[in-house]
Amino acid sequence: MPFDFGKEVDHVARLARLSLEEDEKERMAGQLSDILKTARRIQELDTTGIEPTSHVTERPAVLREDRVRPSLPLDKALRNAPRREKGFVKVPRITVSEQDQK
Amino acid sequence: MRLYEMTAAELSRRLQSREVSSAEVVRSFLERIDEVDPYLRAFITRTPDLALKSAGEIDSRRMRGETLHPLAGVPIAVKDNISTLALRTTCASRILENYIPPFDATVVAALKKAGMPILGKTNLDEFAMGSSTENSAFFPTRNPWDPGRVPGGSSGGSVVAVATGMAPLALGSDTGGSIRQPASLCGVTGLRPTYGRVSRYGLVAFASSLDQIGTVSTTAFDGALLMNLIAGYDPLDSTSLPEEVPDYRAGLEPGLDKLRVGLIRYGRVDGFDPEVTEAVNKAASMLEEHGAKVGEVSLPLTDYGLSAYYLIAPSEASSNLGRYDGVRYGFCADGDSIEAMFSRTRGEGFGAEVKRRIMIGTYALSAGYYDAYYLKAMKVRTLIRRDYEKAFKKFDLLLGAASPTPAFKLGEKTEDPLQMYLSDVCNITDSLAGMPSLAVPGGFHSSGLPLGLQLTARPMQEKLLLKTGRFFEEQRAEYPLRPSLDFLEERGGDYEI
Repeated sequence: MPFDFGKEVDHVARLARLSLEEDEKERMAGQLSDILKTARRIQELDTTGIEPTSHVTERPAVLREDRVRPSLPLDKALRNAPRREKGFVKVPRITVSEQDQK
Repeated sequence: MRLYEMTAAELSRRLQSREVSSAEVVRSFLERIDEVDPYLRAFITRTPDLALKSAGEIDSRRMRGETLHPLAGVPIAVKDNISTLALRTTCASRILENYIPPFDATVVAALKKAGMPILGKTNLDEFAMGSSTENSAFFPTRNPWDPGRVPGGSSGGSVVAVATGMAPLALGSDTGGSIRQPASLCGVTGLRPTYGRVSRYGLVAFASSLDQIGTVSTTAFDGALLMNLIAGYDPLDSTSLPEEVPDYRAGLEPGLDKLRVGLIRYGRVDGFDPEVTEAVNKAASMLEEHGAKVGEVSLPLTDYGLSAYYLIAPSEASSNLGRYDGVRYGFCADGDSIEAMFSRTRGEGFGAEVKRRIMIGTYALSAGYYDAYYLKAMKVRTLIRRDYEKAFKKFDLLLGAASPTPAFKLGEKTEDPLQMYLSDVCNITDSLAGMPSLAVPGGFHSSGLPLGLQLTARPMQEKLLLKTGRFFEEQRAEYPLRPSLDFLEERGGDYEI
């Protein structure tokens, strides 16, 4: 059965928070189907009982002492923020009131 | 010989003996940049004033008799995905077009401490995702051996800068071949160190289990000089390795007696140029003639490695690039709701390849597909590591090609992402296994384009790689290789892509 990514594009784009134009979606559906077809060739390999490798360094997590240290001053930390006000970053409203929902 | 044609080692010697000043050296490279870069476009941001200022400071310190680092006063170019304090770092992406880091990457802090003037920030495929530097949101970089061809990627800007004498050294990054493949397409030397050997702190994350900063130089010895400066443990990078750093310059001379070299026989990999195979075989004979014992080795999982890589790297990327939401930094689009704002910011801010990879990664990590794609790919990664463990029981060094073909034409693969991915097929398994790997020039294709060899060693064996790289240099009459750049006069840069 040919693999069709077309049905998945909207769902995956939503999960990834990517707004895509219609022509972009179409192109992507074809390209991603091809790429995933090649990627799925790993299914041919028997990996029964094989541990996954998420990282090549086999060292335990490195912990540092939990000590208060100076951090980046607020003005520097916020300098790159596209929208800011009174020492905060500014975003569209996150909460919706019950009234608005109606 | 002009200053910009010299190796970093030669510049270092002349600076230390006070035959030249750093200001003179930097001016020579800046003039070369002015002459060449308008056509080849290796740099996104040039920093002539900063470079001259730090050169002046180093010259004064030397005049005062201070003991300086051997690379003090030797300039360098830095790939534009490595953070530089107060200096725009774009990752060749619209989404970071105006981003100014509030800190230096650990490697950049090391360059500054040693007194290396920074000439500018070099072009790359957006977020280092690509193999041709055509995915830069700003402009492509051209191959100096043929301006109608790509320099490879993603570190295309860094390798072109070094290949043409716009910089004696450069920093690049290599996730799945991004130093080695372009180095081979442009005839320079590129080292991907062992994963964890060089701090990743301040390298803008693409795929964290694979990303590694490395060196671009015209000779293996110059790579050793730069490794001496950037290798080592960094408390700011929890994956950096605590092992002691050797002097990479020392012991690069002695011969290859008893060196066991495995000549890689690629399985069913399509699209290998026969002249590439020929160049690799010739290199194997050279090693053999000089005392090495060469045998054949197969890494049977190479093509599965490519498949696993194009699940693992995008998965990690989709997670790492979640941070670009228009809130704390970067481009921000309008939106009535927070979700609309995020989605439009990302939809408008990212280029096509970055979006593709975010999509693949998000899909591979999503409910219902995680086991079949991401988890399976991580298990294949274990099998690939075992392939290498097996190979390194018999051999000290693996020899293969750094790219299946010489440089391809601009635009040739941009419409076919899968073909573009295949150009990394030689490089990817080393990355997945975490092995150090070096690309060195391996002669020329009949078209006149350079070809690259790839040497792979056990973890922490960078010295063996550099030593063998140096051996290949010594076999050549002329070194380093320099493209003639005839086209600058002939065509006045007036050509279309």
